[in-house]
Amino acid sequence: MSNEMIRQGHPREMTGPLKWLRDNLFNNWYNGILTVISLFFIFVVSKAGFTWIFFEASWEVIPANLNLFMTGMYPPEEKWRIWTVVYMLAFLAGISAGIWGGIILRFALISTAVSLLLAVLPFESITRLLLLGAAIFLTASLLLGRGRTGWRSVVLWGWVLSFPLTVIMLRGFGESGVLPAVMTTRWGGLLLTLILASVSIAASFPLGILLALGRRSRLPAVSWFSISYIEVVRGIPLVTILFMSQIMLPIFLPDFRIDKIIRAMIGLTLFSTAYMAENVRGGLQGVPRGQYEAAEALGLSYSLTMVLVILPQALRSVIPAIVGHFISLFKDTSLVAIIGLLDLLGIARSIIANPDWLGLQTEVYLFAAFIYFMVSYSMSRVSRRIELALGIERK
Amino acid sequence: MQTQTIPDKINFWRNVIVLRIVMQALFVIAIALVAGLLYTNMLRGLEGLGLTFNFEFLKQEAGFGIAEGIDYAPSDTYFRAFQVGALNSLKVSVLGIIFATLLGLLFGVSRLSGNWLVRKIAAFYVECFRNIPLLLQILFWYTVVILQLPPVRESITLFHNIFISQRGIYIPWLKPMPGFAQWAGYIAAGVILPVLIYILKGRKSGTKDFARFAVTWGLPVFTCLAVSGWYMSPQTPLVLEVPVLQRFNFTGGVRLSPEFSALLIGLSVYTSAFIAEVVRGGIQSVKEGQVEAAKAVGLNESQTLRLVVLPQALRVIIPPLSNQHLNLAKNSSLAIAVGFPDLFNVGSTMMNQTGQSIPVFTLIMASYLIMSIIASLFLNWYNRRVRIIEQ
Repeated sequence: MSNEMIRQGHPREMTGPLKWLRDNLFNNWYNGILTVISLFFIFVVSKAGFTWIFFEASWEVIPANLNLFMTGMYPPEEKWRIWTVVYMLAFLAGISAGIWGGIILRFALISTAVSLLLAVLPFESITRLLLLGAAIFLTASLLLGRGRTGWRSVVLWGWVLSFPLTVIMLRGFGESGVLPAVMTTRWGGLLLTLILASVSIAASFPLGILLALGRRSRLPAVSWFSISYIEVVRGIPLVTILFMSQIMLPIFLPDFRIDKIIRAMIGLTLFSTAYMAENVRGGLQGVPRGQYEAAEALGLSYSLTMVLVILPQALRSVIPAIVGHFISLFKDTSLVAIIGLLDLLGIARSIIANPDWLGLQTEVYLFAAFIYFMVSYSMSRVSRRIELALGIERK
Repeated sequence: MQTQTIPDKINFWRNVIVLRIVMQALFVIAIALVAGLLYTNMLRGLEGLGLTFNFEFLKQEAGFGIAEGIDYAPSDTYFRAFQVGALNSLKVSVLGIIFATLLGLLFGVSRLSGNWLVRKIAAFYVECFRNIPLLLQILFWYTVVILQLPPVRESITLFHNIFISQRGIYIPWLKPMPGFAQWAGYIAAGVILPVLIYILKGRKSGTKDFARFAVTWGLPVFTCLAVSGWYMSPQTPLVLEVPVLQRFNFTGGVRLSPEFSALLIGLSVYTSAFIAEVVRGGIQSVKEGQVEAAKAVGLNESQTLRLVVLPQALRVIIPPLSNQHLNLAKNSSLAIAVGFPDLFNVGSTMMNQTGQSIPVFTLIMASYLIMSIIASLFLNWYNRRVRIIEQ
């Protein structure tokens, strides 16, 4: 049989893009119709969108208020403190990426890409240079950290210490000196959003572990307390908790003057703890019974069993759930705008209310939405990677 | 060789039973101390404000207006105002749950479509609405979309009967006529009668298949009674009322206020993105072998879906789905951002007026908790029902 004949035997064999088109878009009559409708829909929407974005929208409101969006009313002459914190975190992230590789490396690369991307935004040129510098700094510390497994514990301590350091750097103390106090009322924008989210996650993590252990405790008083706390908090909306922390904390603790942002942090932490506890409980339930029995057989006490055997396994498996929780908490911090804080959304609302920028609500809200989307979406990609790396099935 | 002697009595400070009691007592005392401290602080704080902790104020006249909801006047009591808020919350939650579920089903199934373009559009929808805070979305719908609509006189008309403008959405609605009460009686009979038959018959024959009974007995009986009731009543019991533009505004039909519409759209769209993921996960959880096996025994496509895929997928879908429904109901408290008078918004007005923050918070919390308890009771019942009985 010659080649000619084989070709005649399969005259309609298609390859390449045409085959792909037929398999994915036109494999039967209703998919064909759906494709045409979808194409029409995409055309209409993107045409309207592009016309609006490039010809009708007045984007000058964004560069004019970019500082507000990012840091709120943080005094410009103290901006260097925020940059110090950014560089410190970039250094830690770079070193850790170099040491551990894997997901952290990917995360570091994403951060580099984000800061390069941000450098394209219409900031002042000094800000752009600093962003570019941060990206280079991160890459440099990544190269520095490669293969230095001996530094692991030092770097971990660095992360732990970075937290109070950040707070001290941003908050400052005293009237004058190197670090004059910047009242929390001046914190705002994306900075405040990120601080609220990370503080409440960091604070709710140990509390959540305690509550999760309490819920599984064999002491009825402890488990009842934990169950009722978790279920009550999960049963009521976050706005209620935020309002309660604003109104009730001064009633319950009349001897302390707690400022608004701290009250919001307390509210967010109380809220987040209950969800964190449920996440951790999921991990605890996944640890096989044999592990408990083995620890008991070795004669470990309850606390040693938990710290050395159970929690390391349980926490490892709930990392994706915790990242997911961080994403939703990051979005939920926007509710503090209702109680009058100037986080990213609060700033957006105050700019809209400013008579100088009347009628530009679409541009302002879309910009805020874009920032929220970028942070939240990139984190969810990272979380998916972690899941794959840990080999955890998505439930 | 020495043998270790086992003490026949354990020292009491090493006895597990004693330890457990002591530990719990300590825990309870610690909690009680903290609670007591907070309580005395609270009493002191309230004294400073000249308030006492009770619910008496609920009987007082509210004195503030509520824009929408069941019949209410500012001269009604605070309790009545709270009821209005609670029913408004319920209304937006129930409608939101229906729309979110439908949209979520649509996009969840689309994400598994054989059509590449449809799949990508659904993925874009899900990622877009899932990653932007709900509050921002609600504010966007309210200030950017609904408040920018044309004024009443230039309303957008859909299907000749739906009018969309700045003042809200006007839709045709069924208006009960004088004969309605009589017809409602027939409808009630149409529901009660089959249930009675089911109970009586079920006791005799031991049949338990309610779904099948509802189709073979319930539906015909109900339709017969409903139709005959409709024609028996002296006047047509329900009339479809279409909104008509008067001098300044529409009359007739039902008006969905801008606040309500923005909240409803925001809640439905946001939650539907999550429901789409739940649905996709549920359908994907059914192993391919199940579908192949169904084909092998000769089931056609719809039978495969109805008898094999859905029952297994639902088992995975329902728990997270009802969780999303609960989230939607809780998120309806964001109404306060656009000024829709829901439970929480009315509650916070009450707090501002009376200063009774603690009783009002108690009421609000109790309302939300009752809702979640009902939801979790339903879920437990469902989980028990669909549990795989292993042999």
